[in-house]
Amino acid sequence: MLYDIFIDPFVQMYDMPDFFLQVLWEGFVAGILYALIALGFVLIFKASGVFNFAQGIMVVFAGLTLVGLHENGVPAYLALILTIGVMGVLAYGVERVVMRPLVNQPEIILLMATIGLTYFLVGFGEFVFGGEPKQMITQELGLPTGSTAFEIGDRGLIILQHIDIAAAVIAVIMVTALGLFFNKTRIGRALRAVADDHQAALSVGISLNQIWAIVWFAAGLVALATGIMWGARSDVSFALEIVAFKALPVLILGGFTSIPGAIVGGLIIGFGEKIGELYWGGLVGGGVESWLAYIIALVFLLFRPQGLFGERIIERI
Amino acid sequence: MFYREAGQFKTSYKADQALFPILQDRIGIAAILLIAFVAIPLFASDFFLTSIMIPFLVFALAAIGLNVLTGYCGQLSLGTGAFMGVGAYAAYKLTTAFPDANVIVMVLLSGVFSAAIGAVFGLPSLRIKGLYLAVTTLAAQFFLEWCFIRIPWLYNDNASGAIEVPRREMFGFIVTGAEALPITRYFVVLCITAGIAYLMANVLRGRIGRSWMMIRDMDIAAELMGVRPLQTKLMAFAVSSYICGVAGAMMVFFWLNAAEPSSYSIRLSFQILFMVILGGLGSLGGAFMGAAFIWILPVLLKFVPGMLGMDIAAETVEHATFMIVGALIIFFLIVEPHGFARLWQIAKQKLRVWPFPY
Amino acid sequence: MKDFKQFALGTAVALGVGLTGLMAPTAQAQDSNYVPLLTYRTGPYAGSGIHIANGMHDYLQMLNERDGGIGGVKLELEECETGYNAQKGVECYEATKGKGALVYNPYSTGITLQLIPKASVDKIPVLSMGYGLSAAADGNVFPWVFNGPDTYWDGASVVIKYIGQQEGGLENLKGKKIGYLFLDAGYGREPIPLLEQLAEKYGFELLKYPVPGAEMQNQSSQWLNVRRDRPDYMVMWGWGAMNPTAIKEAVKIRFPMDKFIGVWWAAGDDDAAAGGEGAKGYKALNFSGVGPDFPAIDDIKTHVVEAGLSSADPETVGGTLYNRGVLNSVIIAEGIRTAQELTGKTVITGEDMRMGLEALNLDEARLKELGLAGFAHPMKVTCEDHSGSNPVFIQQWNGTEWRQASDWIEPMNDLVRPLLEAAAKEYAEKNAPWPARTEACPN
Repeated sequence: MLYDIFIDPFVQMYDMPDFFLQVLWEGFVAGILYALIALGFVLIFKASGVFNFAQGIMVVFAGLTLVGLHENGVPAYLALILTIGVMGVLAYGVERVVMRPLVNQPEIILLMATIGLTYFLVGFGEFVFGGEPKQMITQELGLPTGSTAFEIGDRGLIILQHIDIAAAVIAVIMVTALGLFFNKTRIGRALRAVADDHQAALSVGISLNQIWAIVWFAAGLVALATGIMWGARSDVSFALEIVAFKALPVLILGGFTSIPGAIVGGLIIGFGEKIGELYWGGLVGGGVESWLAYIIALVFLLFRPQGLFGERIIERI
Repeated sequence: MFYREAGQFKTSYKADQALFPILQDRIGIAAILLIAFVAIPLFASDFFLTSIMIPFLVFALAAIGLNVLTGYCGQLSLGTGAFMGVGAYAAYKLTTAFPDANVIVMVLLSGVFSAAIGAVFGLPSLRIKGLYLAVTTLAAQFFLEWCFIRIPWLYNDNASGAIEVPRREMFGFIVTGAEALPITRYFVVLCITAGIAYLMANVLRGRIGRSWMMIRDMDIAAELMGVRPLQTKLMAFAVSSYICGVAGAMMVFFWLNAAEPSSYSIRLSFQILFMVILGGLGSLGGAFMGAAFIWILPVLLKFVPGMLGMDIAAETVEHATFMIVGALIIFFLIVEPHGFARLWQIAKQKLRVWPFPY
Repeated sequence: MKDFKQFALGTAVALGVGLTGLMAPTAQAQDSNYVPLLTYRTGPYAGSGIHIANGMHDYLQMLNERDGGIGGVKLELEECETGYNAQKGVECYEATKGKGALVYNPYSTGITLQLIPKASVDKIPVLSMGYGLSAAADGNVFPWVFNGPDTYWDGASVVIKYIGQQEGGLENLKGKKIGYLFLDAGYGREPIPLLEQLAEKYGFELLKYPVPGAEMQNQSSQWLNVRRDRPDYMVMWGWGAMNPTAIKEAVKIRFPMDKFIGVWWAAGDDDAAAGGEGAKGYKALNFSGVGPDFPAIDDIKTHVVEAGLSSADPETVGGTLYNRGVLNSVIIAEGIRTAQELTGKTVITGEDMRMGLEALNLDEARLKELGLAGFAHPMKVTCEDHSGSNPVFIQQWNGTEWRQASDWIEPMNDLVRPLLEAAAKEYAEKNAPWPARTEACPN
């Protein structure tokens, strides 16, 4: 038993290096996708203190809009642009109808409002697009679909999916773009000001409403990218919403307000759960992935309650 | 005018400390109990009992349980569904292990197991707060759900992987299983829910309840004033999980008759959380109102169009229900973030001063 | 605030009206046969549920349009949305049972389990066609439940038999590895005892890959495990969004698709199409006709789909899951017809329906008469055997559509039947006092 826990997994890793590398790659890709969902949460939490539970359904909704438009004869790229427009309208609507009247409410109320939004979007999405899962229009968008196999010496081969590589590249581009946007542009600076202190930002003439609409839109764009990538891996359906819960342990690890935290947290969870499932999961019958990430996060939190990159919690009376 | 407490003098401490010190409240409660115990059993159809009243009472109890933790002790939890599941599986194991024991005692005992598990998962609350804690309760949710599937001992190795409620009798009445009459099940559920609600109403205004509220309002200050956070928080987790466990056991024993692990999924946790928030955090009456709103509204939306002769496709109704419930949740949060309990207070105030505006 | 007051008042009035409506017992008078359809077109399993719902509805609707119902009496159809959710399933049951419901088809193992004990109390049979509780095939213990044409144990034995055929005999399975990928719920776990027994008997190794319900669309770990273990065959027990994801992952790790076999619920057109070109060769069990080329399906097209009475996309008519729904309705319709013949009544009750289903004899001649020759294997229900353990065939995906790829294969009845009976006995013991059968046998 002890051998199975402490020695055998490492022997396996050494014996089948190709497989181990493949596991790492899958962990990396999964981590990138978790990080993308978590990024959507972080953007909104940073700017408005709202824990946006609707991010998961926004992923589904963006994916469905894109595919739905294409099915109705809109060319792929035009559909992409229109979907971006729809996400913009959604962002504006959410800011106007939900966020603005709820300003200054406790965080649990805001959290509930986003769950209410989730219900609404589930109903609306199914009403407009139907409940059938849809195929992501991977090829039409010019995304690669094939795979490449690498042989490592005589010890086996690693298969890399082009779409996964594309996902990694797009994630890097998005994070870089967001980083530049936050640090170099006027709106980005205003956004950071809002994140630091709402009232101070208001007093120097920054429009909170405008900033919120912008972050919701940015989160919508991240959701669209996630929707395309995850849709290409399986398909676009409402079951995808549940996968989005995986972003929560990522957030815990990375801290609610840190963009690098979301990325690092995503990768830790991605690697951790794949390695855990493949080398240790068999000991308890497999399928541990559904909770392993949470337990990792829980243990981690006991030692560092504010997450890896979170702001230090200072409590006063 | 209608709700005047002027002139109702208390001449003893006992009268002053009564649960309902105001005459009108006593009349109101008596009327509600009269309706619940007499009018509904006399006039309601089976559908009304099984699909509206029983689930409503079960959910109301679960909402009370979560309210103890979130509303009174300030610890946000998303693991309610799993704690209810622990109660259900414990009750199933108990009643199949001791087939001759009284099933209601078993249901009430099952809460003890979920209280123990709840306390274990409450341990991180000593270091972790707020939304972070909410996410760690998700660990309980997913881990326990996995256990319900993976430990065949919990469901007695049934090939179906589900728990099925056997027939149990009490005083000559069949109280569980398919042959149990809706009316019997209704009375059992009503008595348990009303009993626990009465008990909690007293606990919450006593020393324990007050220490919970101190922790909620400011835990450091509470600690400085001599409230021990470890015991207090863990007790809140245990009591809350006990109530949720009993509610979960009632859910399968008196309502669903059989349950798969997916019956106790994260969706159930959200359902209960909605009830608590919409009803009003930190209010027992609110738990009932929230449960009524979240459970009864979708049922009405589903069946009323058909009864009025409107022919709408089943799935369209379902989509509309989702949209309406979601929109109404947002609407109520905007209009009254403190929930129905606060609306009720406003209404009472209006009744007090009517016909004058102030 | 004033608006809000009015709104609150309006809501209160509406709630009051609604509640009084619900409290009043529902009217019973009828001159039609009422068939409630518990369906799900929403939720995580909608992708599979929609096609089944369309198939079930359209066939019965076609009978209404073409023949004016069954035996001259119209069918009153009502769909009730369950969303694959046990809470809503019970709600639908309670809401419809008082209207003279003849039979229930829950299409969810969880809801089926809830209804099984109620069936004998409320005197309404449950028809769980190829799902639900396998043990319910024992008609002596479960007179009110029908789960033909096959149980999961039949299906599992057919898969192993088929793999044996491919390998040139069951004895050649020795030393082979067979992977079993399943939805980690009662549904996917049910075949395991039988598969383990078969593994022992024939000397193959059974590798289990559970897929948690919440992780249906995130299966890369399971398939990495498959890649490591290199099983010779993969068997899948999946449903909803799990199926297309699994097929995509199989394509990704370059698993030979003709050695990947799904149960009849992993046989949807969308499921296989998700894998694109790479999914060519994927196989699945099936017991209902392949393709739209049956006279009865043509009738559905002319009388229902083209008349705008269906919510099905015309292209999906004749798909595997659509046809599955049609077969379900054929059994319902034939059950009603048989009941009418047995009782001489035209408007029947749930009790009559039970007799009708128990005396059901869908032979080749009758199938031909229905315009469904070759659509299903002839099936005959007996009082002892409510499933029939009928032969099943294998279909294969050719990149664009399903094609029948094998003859009808008999399940290993000698092995499955004792298991079924033992499981039924165990169920009755665990749920003691389980009512003994008192219903007379109509055969």
